[in-house]
Amino acid sequence: MTAHAVAGRLVEFAHALREHGIAVGTGETVDAAAAAEAVGLADRERLREALAASVLRGAAQRPVFDGVFDLYFPTAHGTSETTVDEPATPAQLRDQLLDALVAGDDARVRALAATGIDLFGGYGAASGGQGGQGTQGTTGEAGGNGGSAARLSGWSAYQTLSEVRPQALRARLRDAIREARTDGLDGEPADALADREAAAGIAAFTDHVRAEARRRTAELRGRDRIARHAVAPQTDLVSFTSATAEQFAEMRRAVQPLSRKLATRLAARRRRATRGRIDLRRTVRRSLATGGVPMRPVMRRRRPGRPELVLLCDMSGSVAGFAQFTLLLTQALSDQFSKVRSFAFVSRTDEITELVRAGRDEPENLADRIVAEADLTQVGMSSDYDGALQTFADGWGDVLGPRTSVLILGDGRTNGAPPNLPALRAMAERARHVYWLNPERESSWGTGDSEAHRYAREVPMFECRTIRQLSRLVTRLLPD
Amino acid sequence: MTESSTSQAVPQSSEQEPVFASVDEVVERLAGAGYLASNAVATTVFLADRLGKPLLVEGPAGVGKTELARAMAAATDSELIRLQCYEGIDESRALYEWNHASQLLRITAAKDESWDATREHVFSEEFLLSRPLLTAIRNEDPTVLLIDEIDKADVEVEGLLLEVLGDFQVTVPELGTIAATRRPLVVLTSNATRELSEALKRRCLFLHLDFPPAELERDIVTLRVPQLDTELAASLVRVVGALRELELRKSPSIAESVDWARTLLALGADTLDEQVVHATLGVILKYETDQRKALSELRLDRVLSPGDATDSVAAAAGTASSGNFSPENAAS
Repeated sequence: MTAHAVAGRLVEFAHALREHGIAVGTGETVDAAAAAEAVGLADRERLREALAASVLRGAAQRPVFDGVFDLYFPTAHGTSETTVDEPATPAQLRDQLLDALVAGDDARVRALAATGIDLFGGYGAASGGQGGQGTQGTTGEAGGNGGSAARLSGWSAYQTLSEVRPQALRARLRDAIREARTDGLDGEPADALADREAAAGIAAFTDHVRAEARRRTAELRGRDRIARHAVAPQTDLVSFTSATAEQFAEMRRAVQPLSRKLATRLAARRRRATRGRIDLRRTVRRSLATGGVPMRPVMRRRRPGRPELVLLCDMSGSVAGFAQFTLLLTQALSDQFSKVRSFAFVSRTDEITELVRAGRDEPENLADRIVAEADLTQVGMSSDYDGALQTFADGWGDVLGPRTSVLILGDGRTNGAPPNLPALRAMAERARHVYWLNPERESSWGTGDSEAHRYAREVPMFECRTIRQLSRLVTRLLPD
Repeated sequence: MTESSTSQAVPQSSEQEPVFASVDEVVERLAGAGYLASNAVATTVFLADRLGKPLLVEGPAGVGKTELARAMAAATDSELIRLQCYEGIDESRALYEWNHASQLLRITAAKDESWDATREHVFSEEFLLSRPLLTAIRNEDPTVLLIDEIDKADVEVEGLLLEVLGDFQVTVPELGTIAATRRPLVVLTSNATRELSEALKRRCLFLHLDFPPAELERDIVTLRVPQLDTELAASLVRVVGALRELELRKSPSIAESVDWARTLLALGADTLDEQVVHATLGVILKYETDQRKALSELRLDRVLSPGDATDSVAAAAGTASSGNFSPENAAS
């Protein structure tokens, strides 16, 4: 590539990053160019690290960066250059994958992912199967690629994975790993360890397949279009309602660091408050430095008011994930509040404070446990705000007081039942604040069976679709 | 105000001779200093040296952030100057301070001196207490400046750092601007307990250090605890890797792997069997709930045998490692 082409590519790259929410300014782009010049273009991994060091500002941005980097600085065009003499059937591919995973050879696993895409991933072609092509090696494939570009509309990771079915390998892989690595461990612990490693290996293969499919489709369709859709967004910008299971796992892992971050931010805000009474003792002590003249008075620290927090969460269907995350976050923040009480509802309300507290250490299946152990519903799993608000008012009306802030988490979809506005109004009168956090996009409030607009007239309602929005709301809730 | 000799900013050579010639040399020299650098680390250190930018290292506790700075100092034969940040650290602790007490003594001692003479004397080098940042800037020898746990400091300190890290100069109102004669290599570390300001981040190269891949960690463990059997090191790293896959409150760090290796060595264990793992799990997992979870996930909970043997092993494990069961410790 010429210098001009590299510069051009870098600028496009910066644009793509910006579209994914990574703020890359001109300054960073220039830095990136300087870094690229310093390390050279010969080693792709070093180039990747050099660019990452100059444009990234946080670890959460890294997956996005890697995805975009793979698109803009691919290893090779067409077939992956690492392809070697290859298997032709899913069974053969699985066998080789097994060997590579047992050996822990990541490069080989990546090559096999590329082969898998070659063999089974093409779609939109006249003939569904592309069986023969892989065995002909790189030249045949590269030639074929140009010719078939018109027919071929993309490469599918899904199609490849459902053909290769790496999951089917898991038991065999576990046994093979168990054989290959002799530890002092034996019996069940060794099985458990091997099983975890097998699962991790298969997950790595799956990721490689996805990345490879993305890369090739990008070549076919133009980089920019794919970059917009094919790279997964940062965790704190993933919407709660559309998050995948893995993204949720990631969000849960983000809970502890996030709560610490919020807590320090609050502490800083409190420290900066310079009003209040003079702390005479500390002022005199400080004045010694200036020869006994009290130049800088010291203020007494004010005790922060810590509100009581009541959470009322819709645990039905897709909203449950959002509620679960918020529960964990507020629980982690509980030392910022004098008391946190959590309630869940589907068609009835029940207190879940204890369940959530226990769930802090085992966050995995919190939502399931809540639904199983608390008395939330009479029939079915569809939410009924009428019943829920009523049972809360009847059973726990006395938890609300002048120091209580209430967060209601839910989409306000009543499934046709009456919204029971009077119950909500009564809550708003008794509590200090009532906020409603809605995980749906604001534009879809009030559509279908959503009563969001009517609830929003009673209490302030906020769109809260991502971690970023949530952390902003939670900090705002707390007093200075 | 008077200008002392230090204020005569030595023309700063922006094209300072880089220390490292290539990324490979970085790897080699860091390894010589006892630090096994991954590709990312080596490339970023190389760039920090080449581009003259500070290096912001972020990552969970115990992945070797501070160690990297130490290794850089050792690899480049530099002096390591360390600024440990804490809540409430200020200019007078980080940058410089006038020695008020001595100044007062000086003034009272020289009663019949004219005010001009006194002033000139009182605000001179003699009464300036140099703190780490100023020391690093004024150091004529190669220096690695480590600003540790910057996220613990208040936001105002970041503003202070901007001048120091941007231009490598410090302004003392009474003395003038002191510029670096020799640009130090700067490493900032952060545990990401709070978001650092954009302005500071923009001036730095960013490096996220995470738990290393299995081979690298095995090498680190063998490098640190050379007497340990390689087989045992490999299985140790495997178990630690599996533990990190679990959703724990605090994942075991590299430092804890090394601690564990030392513990096993001290116990004279030659294989990592259930008993040993069970007895020494406290070295790598510092929360009770984490331990319980790990035991059940690795299906070790059934191997319970609270006999005398296990107890003595556990007691030995406690003395052999620095990290005992202590949630306060792990929470930092």
